[in-house]
Amino acid sequence: MGLFGLFLAMFLLVHLTINLLLLCNDGGELFTAASSFMGTNIAIKIFEYVLFGGFFIHIIIGVIITLKNWASRPVGYLVANKSHTSFFSKYMFYTGAIIFIFLILHFMHFFFIKIGWVQVPAGLEKHDFYKMAIALFTNKLYSLVYIAFFIFLGFHLNHAIQSGFQTLGLNHNKYNCTIKRVSLIYSLLVAGGFSLVPIYFMFFF
Amino acid sequence: MDLTLKIWRQKNSSSKGKFETYKVNDVSPDSSFFEMLDTLNQQIIEKGNDPVAFDHDCREGICGTCSLYINGRPHGPKRGITTCQLHMRSFKNGDTIVVEPWRAKPFPLVKDLIVDRSALDLIIQAGGYVSVNTGGIPDANAIPIPKMNADLAMDAASCIGCGACVASCANASAMLFVGAKVSQLALLPQGKIEAANRVQKMVAEMDRLGFGNCSNTYACEAECPKEIKVTNIARMNRQFMKAKVCAEKHEAASFGG
Ligand code: HEM
Ligand code: SF4
Ligand code: FES
Repeated sequence: MGLFGLFLAMFLLVHLTINLLLLCNDGGELFTAASSFMGTNIAIKIFEYVLFGGFFIHIIIGVIITLKNWASRPVGYLVANKSHTSFFSKYMFYTGAIIFIFLILHFMHFFFIKIGWVQVPAGLEKHDFYKMAIALFTNKLYSLVYIAFFIFLGFHLNHAIQSGFQTLGLNHNKYNCTIKRVSLIYSLLVAGGFSLVPIYFMFFF
Repeated sequence: MDLTLKIWRQKNSSSKGKFETYKVNDVSPDSSFFEMLDTLNQQIIEKGNDPVAFDHDCREGICGTCSLYINGRPHGPKRGITTCQLHMRSFKNGDTIVVEPWRAKPFPLVKDLIVDRSALDLIIQAGGYVSVNTGGIPDANAIPIPKMNADLAMDAASCIGCGACVASCANASAMLFVGAKVSQLALLPQGKIEAANRVQKMVAEMDRLGFGNCSNTYACEAECPKEIKVTNIARMNRQFMKAKVCAEKHEAASFGG
C-alpha cells in the first residue's frame, strides 16, 4: 500500500512538471514536445503499464483493506469516536474514491483518445493534447470540477505521504518532523500546482 | 452532582443487548468513576435487579483490567489515564454519560460492559517473550545496553494490555499493543536473538484473530493510558519487513523450546 502509494506520488510530480509546461507562453511547443516524448519513447511506454499496475494494485489493496477494517468492528459504537486523530486519515477511502472518479474522467479525455477507445473530439487531431487541454480548460465548469478534484487529492496526499513512511517503518526522531512537513508541502504543491493550469486558462488565456 | 447514565446492558454473549438509562444523584466530584458506578449498582441491587457488570481489578492504573468507552473515548475524556483513574470532576453536573463496552470483532462480549480480551494474550503467546534457559543469572553489567534503548524499551514495556488502542481505532487494529510488545524486547540485546521470528509470529497471530489493519490514524496514541508512541508501530513495521525479506526460512518455525 505504502510502496505503491509513494510510487504514484513520485509520478504525480513528473506529471505536474509536464502540465506546468502548458503555462509557457509558447503556443504549446514545449508541452507538445514533452507529451509526444511521453507518447513515443519506448521506456516510457513500458513504464505506462507499470504505472497502471501501480494504480490498480493501490486501489485494489486499498479497497480490500478498508473492507476488512470495517469488518473488524461488526457492532459499532453509539457515540462516534472523539479521539484526537490525523484528520484526513479517516476519509482515505472516500477521498480515494473521488480521485478514482476523476481518473476515469481524465482517461476519457486523454489516454483513451490516444489508444482509440474514445472518439477524437471534432476538429482536433488524435495526438494534439495541447489543443485538447485548452478545449477542456477554457470550459469554466470543467476547470472548476478539475480544481475541486485536486483539492480532494490534496486531502488524500496530506495524510498519505507521512502515512506511507510510517507504514514502511521509515521513521526516525531526527526526521519525523521533516516528513510531516514534506507531506504538507507536497500536498499543497500538487493541489496548487495542478490547479494553476485551469486557473491560468480561465482567467489569463 | 446529578447525572444521567446510558449504559449498554447485555445478559450474555448470545443475547441481544440494549442501552438502559439510569439516574444517579448526589455524586461527589471527588469520587472516582468506579465509585460512582458502585453507587449505581448499590441502587440497582436494592431494587432487586441485576447490577451492571464491568471489569476492574487494581483500581490504580497498573493492571489493565478496566475498560469502558465513555462518551466516545476509551478510558474517558482525560489523556494518559485508565478508567479507574478517572474522577467525576471531569464531568459537569447534569451531564449525560454514555458508557459502552469496547467494540472489536476479536473482543467478544461477555456481559454488559465486560469483553473478553484474551486475543491480546494469544498474540503474546505467539512470540511476545524471550526464551530463557535455566541456570545462573549473568551479571547485569556484562551486557552493555545504551541508555536510550533501555528507556525506549521501558516506555514500550509500560503497556498494560488494556486494549484501549483497539477500542479507539477506526479499524479495530491492535498495532499499538503489538508494536509495544515487539519493541520492548527487540530493543534489548536479549530480545534481539529471536526478533525476526517473533515479529512475524505475533503479526500473523494478530491477523488471524481478525484485528483490523493500521491506517495511521493515531487515535491509539491519543487514547493509550500509558501514552505508548506510534513510533513503536513503525519499528514493528520496519522489523517485519526486514524479517520477511532477510530472515531465513525455518523448517519448524517454532522457537522457545
Ligand atoms: C494519484 C493518486 C494517488 C496517490 C499518489 C495515492 C497515494 C497514497 C498513499 C501514499 C497512501 C498511504 C499508504 C500507506 O499509509 O501505507 C494512500 C492510502 C490510500 N489510498 Fe491512495 N493514492 C492515490 C489514489 C488513490 C485512489 C484512486 C484510491 C481508491 C480508490 C486510493 C485509495 C487509498 C486508500 C483507501 C488508502 C488508505 C489505505 C490505508 O490507510 O491502509 N488512493 N494513498
Ligand atoms: S498500547 Fe496502550 S492502549 Fe494499547 S493495550 Fe497497551 S496500554 Fe492499552
Ligand atoms: S483497574 Fe487496574 S488499571 Fe484500571
